[in-house]
Amino acid sequence: MDFAGNLAYRVHVTTLHALANPARFLKIAKPLTPALFWTGVALIAIGAWAGLTQTPPDYLQGESVRILYIHVPTAWLGMGGWSGVAISSIVYLVWRHPLASIAARAIALPGALFAGLCLATGSIWGRPTWGTWWQWDGRLTSMLLLFFVYLAYIALARADAERGGDGRIPALFGIAGSILLPIIRYSVVWWNTLHQGASITLSGSSIDNAILWPLAFTLTGFSLFFGGIVLMRMRAMLATQRIEARMRRLAA
Amino acid sequence: MNAWPFVIAAWALTLSASVIVAAISWRAMRRAETETERPKR
Repeated sequence: MDFAGNLAYRVHVTTLHALANPARFLKIAKPLTPALFWTGVALIAIGAWAGLTQTPPDYLQGESVRILYIHVPTAWLGMGGWSGVAISSIVYLVWRHPLASIAARAIALPGALFAGLCLATGSIWGRPTWGTWWQWDGRLTSMLLLFFVYLAYIALARADAERGGDGRIPALFGIAGSILLPIIRYSVVWWNTLHQGASITLSGSSIDNAILWPLAFTLTGFSLFFGGIVLMRMRAMLATQRIEARMRRLAA
Repeated sequence: MNAWPFVIAAWALTLSASVIVAAISWRAMRRAETETERPKR
């Protein structure tokens, strides 16, 4: 590793360790929670107004294209949420930061919700567009599996906490479940699916700008909203841990 | 086929689910943090 790479690694690890301190984390999280949440709500409101009233219908899909403005963010957060669970699980297993374990558990519920919403909005879009509510194709089935994996993780993490576990088993499950992410991503490439291929890539978009632009608002808005929810849940879990520790001290 | 009922259903479902999860998370956070701020007995 060269000097710059070594320095970047040290800065990254130092920041990670600094944020792992619950007191320091709360100092940042307290002002950040309403900032993320309300900015997200405002951007979602702009995206909803623009997506429902300001853009033209698609020449093939008609008005149902307006479901895209919520379906894409929910899909992004369903998959992004599990990436967060997996990264937090790795950080917990490698550096043993309890805050990483809390982050993974805090992400799981909103991640499951958005994965479920992705499936529901996709199904609602499919009925007028494909003529069916559901198709057992690669993309839909792999996303449904991710939703079930979220539910299994939530149940496992809860059972582990109730039995006084150290969080290692849910963390291993969090890492193992990430195998689904490339399967979901490349399902439309590997298999001949009813679901269309990627419309938005790093090299550009096949969607016209006249229809595409509100998606930037809903995508950013729902991402910030998701961040706000995760911080709220992390703060609740940290406070609950402090209450339980206090009760244990009083009982001793 | 008129697609507007499907559009409205998808948006209403997403927004209402988002509001519910935000309300539950905010309430849990407030309740737990208020409890920790109480003077120790």
